[in-house]
Amino acid sequence: MSTTVQEPAVQTSDEAILGFVDCDVHPYTKTPADLDAFLPERWRKLRHSIGNRSRSSFVGAPNYPRMSPGVGMRMDSWPKDGGHPGSDLAMMREQLLDAFAVSYGMMMPLLGRGGDERNVEFGAALCSAANDWEAQVWCDNEPRLKAAIQITTEYTEAAIKEIEKRAGDRRFTHVMIPPRGLEPLGRRRYWPILEACAANGFPIALHLGGTSGHPSTGGGWPSFYHEEHPSYPQSKEALVTSLVTEGVFEHLPNLRVALVEGGFAWLPSLSWRLDKHYQRLREEVPHLKMLPSEYIRRNIWVTTQPIEEPEHPEDLITTCEWIGWDRIMFSTDYPHWDQDDPRYAFKVKVPEKEKRMLYRENALSFYNLEA
Amino acid sequence: MARHVVATVGEIPPGGKKVVNPAGREICVYNVNGEHYALINRCPHEGAALSYGHVLGCFESKRPGEYQLTRKGEMLRCPWHGWEFDIKTGQSWCHPESVKARTYKVEVVPGELLAKGPFVAETVQVKIDGEYVVVEV
Amino acid sequence: MTIPAPGAIDCDIHPALPGTHVLLPYLDEYWRAHVRMRGLERDNYNAAAFPVNAPINARPDWKPPRGNAGCDFDTLRTQALDGFGTKFAICNVLHGAQAIFSEDLSAAFCRAINDWVAKEWLDRDPRLRASIVVPMHSPELAAREIERCAADQRFVQVLVWEMQEIPLGRRQHWPIYRVAEQLDLPIGIHAGSSYRHPPTNLGWPSYYLEDYISWSTGFAGVLNSLISEGVFVEFPRLKVVLMESGVTWLPAWMWRANKTWRGVRAEVPWLEKSPAEYAREHVRVTSQPFDAPPNAAMLRKIIEEIDCEDMLMFSTDYPHWHFDGNDALPDGLPEHLLKKILVDNALKTYPRLTS
Ligand code: FES
Repeated sequence: MSTTVQEPAVQTSDEAILGFVDCDVHPYTKTPADLDAFLPERWRKLRHSIGNRSRSSFVGAPNYPRMSPGVGMRMDSWPKDGGHPGSDLAMMREQLLDAFAVSYGMMMPLLGRGGDERNVEFGAALCSAANDWEAQVWCDNEPRLKAAIQITTEYTEAAIKEIEKRAGDRRFTHVMIPPRGLEPLGRRRYWPILEACAANGFPIALHLGGTSGHPSTGGGWPSFYHEEHPSYPQSKEALVTSLVTEGVFEHLPNLRVALVEGGFAWLPSLSWRLDKHYQRLREEVPHLKMLPSEYIRRNIWVTTQPIEEPEHPEDLITTCEWIGWDRIMFSTDYPHWDQDDPRYAFKVKVPEKEKRMLYRENALSFYNLEA
Repeated sequence: MARHVVATVGEIPPGGKKVVNPAGREICVYNVNGEHYALINRCPHEGAALSYGHVLGCFESKRPGEYQLTRKGEMLRCPWHGWEFDIKTGQSWCHPESVKARTYKVEVVPGELLAKGPFVAETVQVKIDGEYVVVEV
Repeated sequence: MTIPAPGAIDCDIHPALPGTHVLLPYLDEYWRAHVRMRGLERDNYNAAAFPVNAPINARPDWKPPRGNAGCDFDTLRTQALDGFGTKFAICNVLHGAQAIFSEDLSAAFCRAINDWVAKEWLDRDPRLRASIVVPMHSPELAAREIERCAADQRFVQVLVWEMQEIPLGRRQHWPIYRVAEQLDLPIGIHAGSSYRHPPTNLGWPSYYLEDYISWSTGFAGVLNSLISEGVFVEFPRLKVVLMESGVTWLPAWMWRANKTWRGVRAEVPWLEKSPAEYAREHVRVTSQPFDAPPNAAMLRKIIEEIDCEDMLMFSTDYPHWHFDGNDALPDGLPEHLLKKILVDNALKTYPRLTS
């Protein structure tokens, strides 16, 4: 560490930060039963008998136990009158939406687990219920919050139906897909879903997550959360590689993809690596008409959290320049333990113009939001 | 620099803490095994209110697979990103030299001495026969 | 400094087996009979992670007159040794023997490969050195094979693949690290997978290009595992060498690993310093492919971020195709680093090169 992170670099009165767009907010139900109201009876009963079945080891805990209660919540976010962090709108306003006059909060719900469900009909019902819950419990009470259309990629027809059903409803702004699915998202069998996103004008938010059943590393399951947490960028790298290599962006040049909660410092090196080895192996992928880095530059955005913390803080600026400031969007990940505070996440001065892009302008245009 | 009376002795039990606001500065006073310490209530990393964090021991190990809990009650884990701080010195576990939470000098002072002043007691009522926690800010 | 450079050490070249049959004379009587009975000498046990005719694995002008790239001694000597004027070159045989499920058959093939390398390659040119191939899924047999080969000083490291059954840091592997440390042998971890698992955590990709890209993310997982499990705490003298891993991913990996450590280190309390510091002390990386950025200024920035003059070691990755001509190092490397990369770092990493 070359510098002391003793005093924050930025102040609250910062005009560029006030009114920012938060590209990763997690609403939760107060109790798991809250979702029942939105589920048809058949699925409600199944949920309470056999329950969710994904491809991980435990009924109600992730494969890798987190380091703070509530599966890794920030400890000051538990509502005083009970319920899970992120389940209380008043508290979310106090800690996030009002505290920084947030313009929009892009919701990335991680509940219901419809996308992970092995019984795909059940999965589709869970997604649909969670989408109704988002719209009615959150958007209708707080219009600054924007809803994700959750889908299960393993049930194509239902996924497309769900996307089409929400098209035109301004509460929904993006389709959310847990990227650790059964197969890399670029594979042909997922194209009809990606086509539906593009056709209906929805950008795709790829928030880390999903229970593919495949180990977190190509060499098997690690032992510790200390390894799992830094494996998220590797997941994102595979995702970018798949989308680009399969030709998704050649097929759907207007598709916009945001990578949420995977960091971003790895992106320049991945681009160089892809370009380099593509030149050797291009005969294998003749459907690509541009360099991989050109597709990345055109179709992929990243969100900031968890913020990269280089040993020399100014290296963060270099990294952002290499990616392109117009492709980076600020996110907090409220109320998770590793969330970022918009005032103090950057330990280095970001130039004013770039700051406005990062905190606000890029997201407004990416998500088609009114300024 | 002024001396602020922020609590009575006994008000903060061992293992306990109290958030106080002398001179408009949010400070958390901890009782570590009978001794009082004060840290700024803001994490040097991204500014979390440290008082929401767990007060713990130190998780240590001499070699992989061997575990020991040492210095019980002396460490504070930030409620956000989990950086650990030594309550007595403010030093972070990972970068003790370069990353520290600000500490304040704390004393236990008998009421009769306080009566002679100078001290500031905005929220605590001082009695001659009491004992008080005083923070220098 | 230009290439050929005096005294340069090429830390990654790949002599290849022309076929399984060449191992027959090197198997003991029992296994020779066993292999013949099953007809295994006719099967192709080349590693699926490195299809021999993929352009990336066989530079066009490095193909011998007959057979696959890397199979012909004279071609390799002329091109890899004379061509780069190297003082030493370390042979890493990438062969599927290490991935055979039966620990015993795998070990038998590994023994045969090590004896084959010694006889057919090391004996024929004093500049050649080799890595010991081992059945990593059988720590006991692997440790025994390391001890057996180590009697020959020309074996300078242990060779394993980055992606196997369980992450490399897991305690099951520690008997291997224990003998390697005792015998001054670094663990050379080469790109590639035995495909026990998909190479990405999203599942099986469609294209070889994607597999190839995944090698560097696999290495990030390897470092997370070795460091988190405390391998370098338990074996403070151990060095690992990442080969064909790419280079430029390292700074981003360091930042992220350090960040996680600051918040999660209580789970792995034996770590006394940051992951980046462990890496700088214990991890060495070969230079091809470098995955260099588009210009020299950016490359210098990456070198500055890696911030470790001891880490990089020269390699051609012969006969894999990452560059043309003798252009084996990217433009823009700082002058003062060149000799370290070409010579000194390898000498320090491989004590057996100077003994
Ligand atoms: S705010 Fe305390 S560790 Fe980040």
